[in-house]
Amino acid sequence: MASEIIAINEFAGGGQSVGEWLHGWVTTVDHKRLGILYILFSVFFLVIGGIEATIMRIQLMVPHNHFVSPEVFNRMFTMHGTTMIFFVAMPVLFGFGTYLIPLMIGARDMAFPRLNALSFWLTAFGGLLLYFSFIGGNGLYGAGNAPDVGWFAYAPLTSRAFSVGHSTDFWTLALLISGIGSIGTAVNFITTIITMRCPGMTLGKMPLLAWMNLVTAGMVILAVSPLTAAQIMLCFDRYLGAHFFDTQAGGSAVLWMHFFWIFGHPEVYILILPSFAFASEIIPVFSRKPIFGYPIMVAATVMIGFISMSVWAHHMFAIGMSSYGNTFFTITSMLISIPTGIKIFNWIGTMWGGKIRFKAPMLFCVAFLFQFLIAGLTGIMLAASPFNWQLTGSYFVVAHFHYVIVGAILFTLFGAFYYWYPKMTGRMYNETLARWHFWLFVIGFHLTFDFMHIPGLLGMPRRIYTYEPGRGWEFWNLLVTIGTFVQGIAVLIFVGNLLWSMFRGPVAGNDPWDAWTLEWSTTSPPPDYNFATIPVVESRRPLWDLKHPEDPDWKYE
Amino acid sequence: MNSVAAAHPPLKPEWTLPSRGRVGMFCLIAAESAVFTIFVIAYIFYIGKSVSGPQPNDVLELPVFISICLLSSSITIHLAVRALGKAQMGSFALWWVVTLALGSIFLVGTGREWHHLIYEKGLTINTNLFGTTYYSLVGLHAFHVTVGLLAILAVAIFTLMKKVKPEHHEKVEVFSMYWHFVDAVWVIVFTVVYIVGR
Repeated sequence: MASEIIAINEFAGGGQSVGEWLHGWVTTVDHKRLGILYILFSVFFLVIGGIEATIMRIQLMVPHNHFVSPEVFNRMFTMHGTTMIFFVAMPVLFGFGTYLIPLMIGARDMAFPRLNALSFWLTAFGGLLLYFSFIGGNGLYGAGNAPDVGWFAYAPLTSRAFSVGHSTDFWTLALLISGIGSIGTAVNFITTIITMRCPGMTLGKMPLLAWMNLVTAGMVILAVSPLTAAQIMLCFDRYLGAHFFDTQAGGSAVLWMHFFWIFGHPEVYILILPSFAFASEIIPVFSRKPIFGYPIMVAATVMIGFISMSVWAHHMFAIGMSSYGNTFFTITSMLISIPTGIKIFNWIGTMWGGKIRFKAPMLFCVAFLFQFLIAGLTGIMLAASPFNWQLTGSYFVVAHFHYVIVGAILFTLFGAFYYWYPKMTGRMYNETLARWHFWLFVIGFHLTFDFMHIPGLLGMPRRIYTYEPGRGWEFWNLLVTIGTFVQGIAVLIFVGNLLWSMFRGPVAGNDPWDAWTLEWSTTSPPPDYNFATIPVVESRRPLWDLKHPEDPDWKYE
Repeated sequence: MNSVAAAHPPLKPEWTLPSRGRVGMFCLIAAESAVFTIFVIAYIFYIGKSVSGPQPNDVLELPVFISICLLSSSITIHLAVRALGKAQMGSFALWWVVTLALGSIFLVGTGREWHHLIYEKGLTINTNLFGTTYYSLVGLHAFHVTVGLLAILAVAIFTLMKKVKPEHHEKVEVFSMYWHFVDAVWVIVFTVVYIVGR
């Protein structure tokens, strides 16, 4: 422990005492440190959310299992979903954005550094509040601890009558607080990108990562705010006896569904757009070609942002909307496959004819392309409302969205971890271990989530505690659980690799990938002020111009 | 190492970008608009759905006077900001205090209306759906007015202490954007609650 602190101390670049070191991290307003805090926070919750998933999978491994009680099982799927979306996926993507955006646009910090710190700590305390429910959720009633209403917490399950104790209060307050933090981060992203770009970096010359985070931030503002409003209403219902979602007094449970999914579906794109951003930075560098169709990429991103705001009710086909409603949401949901399809073609176009280097970041991005395509295809299936009526609430749906979240988002995230690791720590990760991580994770992922579709098609509903033998589900559930353990081992290798490399990895240098965006022009890790002199750029690939003065990009753009 | 400017193409015009404060405030206003939109949708969705009384047309009266006060405060804050831009400190202080007074009248008026509804008409947030949506929407707006008034009060105190200078013009102007937004929201709340909903 002591040697670890000393080593981290060196990494932080000072010879201070532990107290000073800790004080420095807690009070920091530096975007790089806050980015790393976001990422560490998310990795911590990733492990917790992963343990919850594993508990569920052990419970479902064989029929008639009693590994945990039904009550605990309900808490596990609620906490797994809430944790993974709000306290893993969003903060880790914000962490990378916070770290990378100022560096990529040639700025010294975010537009509002203190708001940045406030946003992080709001998110962090939101996460702690959610997990405090394990201790404090009982209240005076002795009724349940952690939230057990499912991650979308449909009314009237959340009303006082059905959720006695404080578990649902912890859920709603945690999401309210972390939501305010997310909105703060989004305000900061947009303001930074609009007002802090270095001279010469017009919007058309901005790295795609900045573009996609700009659109994401706009979606956070428009989508997380409704969730915040809905949580305020739920608080009023629970604390002040209001009747927003109280069907006894004429309130509507369906209104909560609409409010939740107005947030919930754009949220999927809030998570996937930063993943697209990673792929759009990594694939060109490892194919040794500039991104294919930059303006189309930007246009497709903006299109996704717009269309994703009008697809939410495809989560609600089964509640009995009018046929016009069903048709509208089927069409909009299918429309969104056009811009995403454009993106897939552009990434393939970037790789086409390139000198591809299959390092770990690129491996994860290639796997992402395949898996995201399959996830998109099951998405089109589920977007057709008649098909959806058959399979809604089944394991097919669970398999579909995990294919997106794990197969696409988590894969590009792993790629991003390996790609920017040398920049953040100054040291190179171990490529052999990274390949072990990749292959084990690919095998585990496909074992789990390919075969999860099948019990869904055979009629296995999601969220069931256990099932009877003889329905043809046992074999597939066993395979799914085995895959979970393979993924777990892969993640342990990943975490071990990052920890080991931080102290023992070879020194990376400023630009280990021969890349083209501004973050690679400064030292690894970057100094507090990022750039000694603010850079001036002339093209989308400023470092290419610097390395190839005889043939700079700005001649052709 | 950091000067990425290798061989420059012909010189470009001067590099200027929008002000941080304005862009940040626009984003905040967008987020707040989304929050208000959800509350307004809930209000409209529940019009006439209360299963018991009192109903809006039994108890609500048009708050004309306080609405005029709040909307005029948008004009006075604009005059104050313009005076600060021209370094006319006396004029700034006068209009700023008038804004504070007008905003306070609005808040007191809302308070009196609520007192009347609660103690004389027996309408609270848990009486029926009308009470739920009415107090939530009007209360959310009143909360924003309160936050704005606290900020106006802080600037007023700094003004009396002679700490506000013409170089603070942009910051004060960015705040005034928030106040204009709060006034604009009142137009919508007024229309929905007192005209459409009655």
